[in-house]
Amino acid sequence: MPRVIVACASCRAFTGEVVEFTVDAANVREMVRALDRRYPGFGDHIEKRMAIAIDGEIHQDALFAPLAPASEVYLIPRIGGG
Amino acid sequence: MSDVLERPAAAPLDDGHLKVVGTRPVRPDGAEKVTGKAMYGADLAMPGQLIGKIKRSPHPHARIVSVDTRRARALPGVKAVVTAADFPDLASEEYEAGESASNLRDLALNVMARHKVLYDGHAVAAVAATSAAIADEALELITVDYEILPHVTDVEAAMAADAPVLHAHMFTEGLDEKPATASNIARRNALSRGDLAAGFADADVTVEGRYETAAVHQGYIEPHACVASYGADGQCQVWSSSQGQFMIRTYCAKILDLDSSSIRVTPAEIGGGFGGKTTVYLEPVALALSRQCGHPVKMVMTRDEVFRATGPTSGAVIEVKLGARADGTIIAADVVLKYQAGAFPGSPVGAGSMTALACYDIPNFSIVGYDVVTNTPKVAAYRAPGAPISAFGVESAVDDLALKLGLDPIALREKNAVRDGMKAAYGPTFRNIGYVETLQAIRDHPHYSAPLGPNQGRGVAVGFWFNVGGESTAAVNLNEDGSAVVISGNPDIGGSRASMAMMAAEVLGLPVEKVRPIVADTASIGFSMLTGGSRTTFATGMAVTQAAQKIVEDLKRRAALLMDVSIDQVDFVNGAAVCLDAAKGKADLTVADLAAKAAQTGGPIGAQVSLNAQGAGPGFGVHVCDVEVDPETGHVTVLRYTAAQDVGKAIHPAYVEGQVQGGVAQGVGWALNEEYIFDRAGRMENPGFLDYRVPVASDLPMIDTVLVEVANPRHPFGAKGVGEVPIVPPLAAIANAVRGAIGKRMTSLPLSPPKIRAAIDAG
Repeated sequence: MPRVIVACASCRAFTGEVVEFTVDAANVREMVRALDRRYPGFGDHIEKRMAIAIDGEIHQDALFAPLAPASEVYLIPRIGGG
Repeated sequence: MSDVLERPAAAPLDDGHLKVVGTRPVRPDGAEKVTGKAMYGADLAMPGQLIGKIKRSPHPHARIVSVDTRRARALPGVKAVVTAADFPDLASEEYEAGESASNLRDLALNVMARHKVLYDGHAVAAVAATSAAIADEALELITVDYEILPHVTDVEAAMAADAPVLHAHMFTEGLDEKPATASNIARRNALSRGDLAAGFADADVTVEGRYETAAVHQGYIEPHACVASYGADGQCQVWSSSQGQFMIRTYCAKILDLDSSSIRVTPAEIGGGFGGKTTVYLEPVALALSRQCGHPVKMVMTRDEVFRATGPTSGAVIEVKLGARADGTIIAADVVLKYQAGAFPGSPVGAGSMTALACYDIPNFSIVGYDVVTNTPKVAAYRAPGAPISAFGVESAVDDLALKLGLDPIALREKNAVRDGMKAAYGPTFRNIGYVETLQAIRDHPHYSAPLGPNQGRGVAVGFWFNVGGESTAAVNLNEDGSAVVISGNPDIGGSRASMAMMAAEVLGLPVEKVRPIVADTASIGFSMLTGGSRTTFATGMAVTQAAQKIVEDLKRRAALLMDVSIDQVDFVNGAAVCLDAAKGKADLTVADLAAKAAQTGGPIGAQVSLNAQGAGPGFGVHVCDVEVDPETGHVTVLRYTAAQDVGKAIHPAYVEGQVQGGVAQGVGWALNEEYIFDRAGRMENPGFLDYRVPVASDLPMIDTVLVEVANPRHPFGAKGVGEVPIVPPLAAIANAVRGAIGKRMTSLPLSPPKIRAAIDAG
């Protein structure tokens, strides 16, 4: 199952001391829903505030990006620029 | 001088035989701009147009007791007067439309103050009149009764427990327990890895420093400007200079509670943005004035207003401690970042935290960032927001570490460099990065081993930026003669017209001169995120390429019809459809041949693609510079500057070099001269280019560039974003060079002559 790692303090407001999860999910939306079931409100936070790095590649607003069973997923703050 | 170094590319469409991508054609908008014909924000004039002006607070922090506009309204020639009462009182809501999510209430309150003013220059009212002189006179007739409050403009002073609090409802987020009292610290963020205490315990050497940067402005030459017309039927038009016409539309709709469909925004040419034009200041005000009087309203900021009322980037304090083994392996890093947000939360400290150690593979670290509100203008994005500030601290400390260990500064960075397969300090695993190649490019450059003279020093620094993709729409249409039009929704701030035309030309097999690139208004092309984040060549370029590929497929289908063969017997080579079965004796059909037959083969030929581009590759830069310090005056002369950067694939190398050179030039200003200076009353003392000194040509040497091309496999031609990285290293590169020249570490920017003289005099 994909491994999800939380890398910033804003997520820990939902997950407490837990910083790493395995989630049964085939894409980002399934992952978000699973995490929201585990930590109510976390899904909305992820969708609005977080970017999702899948195997090193940063995705934003990509609910249907596929996850492989061995995927490493990092939740990081959304990124803008100048 | 410029060099291009390549590593074998893995980009889908780069087979090593590119004909257009990678060349240097004349920019399609060049003639209009150099002959003064291009239309910028202030150039448009409408029949019946009025002039709008804004009354601004002279106080950095005050309660608005009352605003009396009666005398202004009575002045002949005044057609409209608005205050906060003319705007909806919005609820606090995060909304994504610019570079990242913004709080709509804060955005609206920044456009027009309600109840309180939070900085010198904050808008409190606006007028529209038949002339600028009448508008100015009307502003003088508006009476605002203020209850002046204590103010704070310094970031650390604002963090103190006894500091005047800007927002009574603001409690620090990101703490383990919700605080009981309001604070100017909007948010605390933290990143960590490993065991910091154990790392420092194992270290053979440590270095540490406390560094300061001043608030600096993007310094775009063109001030904010717009014309807005609110029609009798409720249909609105806005012409403005910004980094995103769709961003302007969305923010105006939200702030004025209008439907997006009722607002059409046409992008003017933009005379510099650098992140500072990723939000709104004038457009909602001009629309509100136009709504009240029924006339088009034109508003153009003065330079004084640009400085006092639009976003600079943060002033900051950076604390860095590094621990390393004797061989130079960095094993511990402790970084604290305190960034000024201005009047409302939202400094770039998050990105500053994530980029601070991104170039290094360090097993134990802690990065803590604070987002702090102050009675100064709300900060706005500025190239690689937040990254130059944290890099200034970290790269200064790394330089001190090299000195302490007697190591070459490039060798120290190579030893600790991130590589493919390593985890970034902010989490994810790096793929397809060209950092080590970029370090090697500088190490091997003649500049790095050139001799130095008396009072001269050489500095090295590195920098990182993520780069982003995002939503883009592009359309490509073939004309009847086989030429093409490329339509996108991104203002051209760095040569994107050229890069869009080049990518389309490459796919279609056309000379680039046969492709005309157009930047369309919000009603004429689908949505695109704004031009920023180094995203346009990557993301919109991806949309253009895919649209051109759709046309190629359509051309092959039409050619098959005309050749009486099946489509799988048709290839598309060098701008022509070719029958693969030579025995059939079919003549090639060029794009022009097929365009001429469009009506007979199905009608007009065109394609539009909308996408949300993912997979923008991160960028790294390595800079080296030489300076000479005049020991009598403390003046720093930048003698030589070389910047190497991993750019993926340079679509138009001259524009990539321009991006690098521009970033360096702005970084030189940030390092040596630029700063917001406030008097004791909290008013900016230098809101003009005479006293706020940006570098001019005579301040700069020729900036040499080395483009390192490590392809991004997610872009059709391998491109990575290039606009942000080059402003990250210069602050530290120059400070490190000054350290070499005078033998002292300077920790407070700008490195102005008085500071350097004081350091020299201190012995």
